[in-house]
Amino acid sequence: MSTRQFLFSGFGGQGILFAGKFLAYKGLTEDKQVSWLPSYGPEMRGGTASCSVILSDEPVGSPIVSKPDVLVAMNLPSLDKFEDAVAPGGMIFYDSTLIGRSVRRTDVTAVPVPATAIAGDNGIPTLANMILIGKILKELNDFDAASVDAALKKVISAKHADMLEVNYKAMKLGADYEG
Amino acid sequence: MADKVLMKGNEAIAEAAIIAGCRHYFGYPITPQTEVAAYMAKKMPKIGGTFLQAESEIAAINMVYGVASAGCRVMTSSSSPGISLKGEGLSYLAGSDLPALVVNVQRGGPGLGGIQPSQSDYFQATRGGGHGDYHMIVLAPASVQEMAELTVKGFELADKYRMTSMILADGTMGQMMEPVALDLAVAPAPAKPWATTGTGMKRAHNIVNSLSLDPEELERLNLARYERYAEVEANETMYEEYRMEDAEICVAAFGIAARVSKNAINEARKEGIKVGLIRPITLWPFPKAPFKKAAGQVKQFLSVELSMGQMIEDVRLATECRVPVTLVNRVGGMIPSPDQVLEAIRKASKNGGND
Repeated sequence: MSTRQFLFSGFGGQGILFAGKFLAYKGLTEDKQVSWLPSYGPEMRGGTASCSVILSDEPVGSPIVSKPDVLVAMNLPSLDKFEDAVAPGGMIFYDSTLIGRSVRRTDVTAVPVPATAIAGDNGIPTLANMILIGKILKELNDFDAASVDAALKKVISAKHADMLEVNYKAMKLGADYEG
Repeated sequence: MADKVLMKGNEAIAEAAIIAGCRHYFGYPITPQTEVAAYMAKKMPKIGGTFLQAESEIAAINMVYGVASAGCRVMTSSSSPGISLKGEGLSYLAGSDLPALVVNVQRGGPGLGGIQPSQSDYFQATRGGGHGDYHMIVLAPASVQEMAELTVKGFELADKYRMTSMILADGTMGQMMEPVALDLAVAPAPAKPWATTGTGMKRAHNIVNSLSLDPEELERLNLARYERYAEVEANETMYEEYRMEDAEICVAAFGIAARVSKNAINEARKEGIKVGLIRPITLWPFPKAPFKKAAGQVKQFLSVELSMGQMIEDVRLATECRVPVTLVNRVGGMIPSPDQVLEAIRKASKNGGND
């Protein structure tokens, strides 16, 4: 990997920014160059939230992701808005519980994950975001338990240390999910 | 080197200010710089500092004036419309020769404008911002690391030259997170024998004031101030050159526009186009020398900006219009894409310098 650009998008409240932050911290713990840029503004109150994350071996130029290698769509408006922007050969991970259609692009890899349903079934209804992250890392051959653990400890403050275990559990559920 | 942490640009400014010894912050909330105030609100009470949310931007800059008069490192931060409100205070700080740090995390204008990133306060910042003959030292960070480093630098230069330093960032720089190392070297603040710290019945009163009704005296003050400005211009100019060795096209860009431009330059280089970048880090003083030198080397300049073309005037002045300078821009909160800049580079390459 020289540079990989991620775009996370969904409703405000789904943990879009947190998921992006986790990935950025994971890059940091692996000594990669990283950038994390949130959308900001009135759209974050109940509307769509998105964030750009870039992981690279080289210094990051523009932090704005306009042609993501990996799109994570957690609601339909996000898939509608960003599907066409994904780089050819890229990947689209989407929450198939909340998105009723499939990916139309044929030059990208579509990975549907019923993340919201899995989260609900396992008593962790707020962690659909981390289930998707687990699946992404698995598909990118990047699910390394030690590095995941290190990044979780960075992104979850000591005050909320009780959340470490469930976040890891969510990621494991995602990684183990076979569509 | 210290461990790197992920921080928003706004937070890095706040932490760096504390590291630089700033213990007094006055502000008023406005997107997209609010994290500076939020960070200060959390940290300052724990380290014996002052965080005060003023009743307005105007009040905040005048509180800065007060603390600066007492010789302490002090700052305020805001975004474009709020900086306009501070304009009078900026002029008074200059007229009283007070050191202070002011942060502008720019958003689209004019008026209340929008809340998305912009660089359209370039004129306001580099030409002073308020009334009268004066300058501020204007620093333009292009990474979260630079947000931190230039904050420290800003305090140091402000103290050294008794001027206001302004960090001129934008919404992207303020909101983005990048790894930052906070093992920042800080020069100790110089003695400030002019500060109003109490005479102790041992010296004459120090007076901090910008009123000077005798025109001969006021002229003398202005001339002395501009002698200091000349020193700043001679000694404190900062810039980065990127892939300029053999460049035939030179992109001029600062802050986020420089980040976008680097992507475009790297793509253009893959196509065999000889293009480089000069990134001013100090916008005032403007790095005239590298532009003047480049004017003897390149066929065309492109000024990439998030404005209707403001820095382009300084590029033309520095290059004495010897080579065409073309504007590549988006405004109103929009950001030029690397593709837009690449297209402009390709066009410049084909035109061979014909604007």
